[in-house]
Amino acid sequence: MAEEEDDIILSELNDEELSLQMHDDLYDGLKEEIEEGVNILLERGWEPYRVLTEALVSGMTIVGNDFRDGILFVPEVLLAANAMKGGMAILKPLLAETGAPRMGKMVIGTVKGDIHDIGKNLVSMMMEGAGFEVVDLGINNAVDAYLEAAAAEGADIIGMSALLTTTMPYMKVVIDSLVEKGMREDYIVLVGGAPLNEEFGKAIGADAYCRDAAVAVETAKEYMLRKHNQLAAG
Amino acid sequence: MDDQSLTTEGLPPAGHGKVLLIACGAIAREVLAVVESGGWDHLTLTCLPAILHNTPERICDAVRGAVERHRGEFASIYVLYADCGTGGGLERLCAELGVEMLRGPHCYSFFEGNAAFEARDEITAFYLTDFLVRQFDAFVTKPLGLDRHPELRDMYFEHYTKLVYQAQTRDPALEAKARDCAAKLGLEYEYRFTGFGDLAEEIGAWAVRG
Repeated sequence: MAEEEDDIILSELNDEELSLQMHDDLYDGLKEEIEEGVNILLERGWEPYRVLTEALVSGMTIVGNDFRDGILFVPEVLLAANAMKGGMAILKPLLAETGAPRMGKMVIGTVKGDIHDIGKNLVSMMMEGAGFEVVDLGINNAVDAYLEAAAAEGADIIGMSALLTTTMPYMKVVIDSLVEKGMREDYIVLVGGAPLNEEFGKAIGADAYCRDAAVAVETAKEYMLRKHNQLAAG
Repeated sequence: MDDQSLTTEGLPPAGHGKVLLIACGAIAREVLAVVESGGWDHLTLTCLPAILHNTPERICDAVRGAVERHRGEFASIYVLYADCGTGGGLERLCAELGVEMLRGPHCYSFFEGNAAFEARDEITAFYLTDFLVRQFDAFVTKPLGLDRHPELRDMYFEHYTKLVYQAQTRDPALEAKARDCAAKLGLEYEYRFTGFGDLAEEIGAWAVRG
């Protein structure tokens, strides 16, 4: 893919070709090309939300799938994420203006003692790409940080991330606090991170363990739908 | 015994002792130094590839394989891994197999001494040992893609504040290299001589027990 880049003039491609080329450029982590592609599509009259979903999110989904399947590795995913971030920076203010669909609100952060935020950042970005409003609490969050932000922001979802086996048990501390304060049913709790698994998610009382960013998005959508259905039935 | 083969292949059983130590390749030299200083000829060392450090989800299967492979040949077996990112998995495995393992979360902890390391409660320190300083490219630069994409450095390390070189031996050349590693990662540098810490004590206890 990369060898052909010099020969391709993005503005000369039709919409479909450009969209596919942007998938390739995301895959190759080419930030400047992604920014250029986003601007071209916007100039051609594409709605920001359409650029986001068809050019960026679907391209990043391919990256995520190949990471899951062991074809891509962390450095390549980070480069792709960085390229997508460039496109998102252009689209984000426009999305707010054009009233893109709102799926729900999430507060997310790495747990106390854990400073590793690569996975959390990927989830934040993909959630935003899927139409969720994300309040990023950053790293090293104690119980109060999660609970206060979730309440203050009127969040639907609390997301917790950990890379270390020594810090992941803290997720249970947060969930136990939610239970103690009678707030557990107010939020969907999603957890993720390299050393976690489904069994751990269940054991600590999370709603779901999310293996990767794409799964986090699908799980969040599914739980939001359930929540809306429950409210409607209510 | 060279660092490259300890990283990728490990070490076949070396010695004629009836007690087998199955260790991570990253601590091979330190284990041998402790064994030799104690004069414990009845201990035999074998190592699994040190690069398993970067994929802790594979450690349990590798340890299980090694224990099962060697069980019939030795009177007793000890596992020289701490938890090492297995999330309690290795502890459960060793209990199932009836073998003992090292205490603590990882080698950074037992080299310093588990109690002292825990008391520090450092969350923004990036640690290197003697072995990891020597094998910095194999364990850090290449797997993180920093050789091909140095621009990724800050995405990985922006929340770290310092590189702590936990020295098992006093070696000015290694110290210079560790200082250089810190500079490459954009981190403050701290030298901390640990010696062999709890490792020596635990091997000593096992040597007596046999």
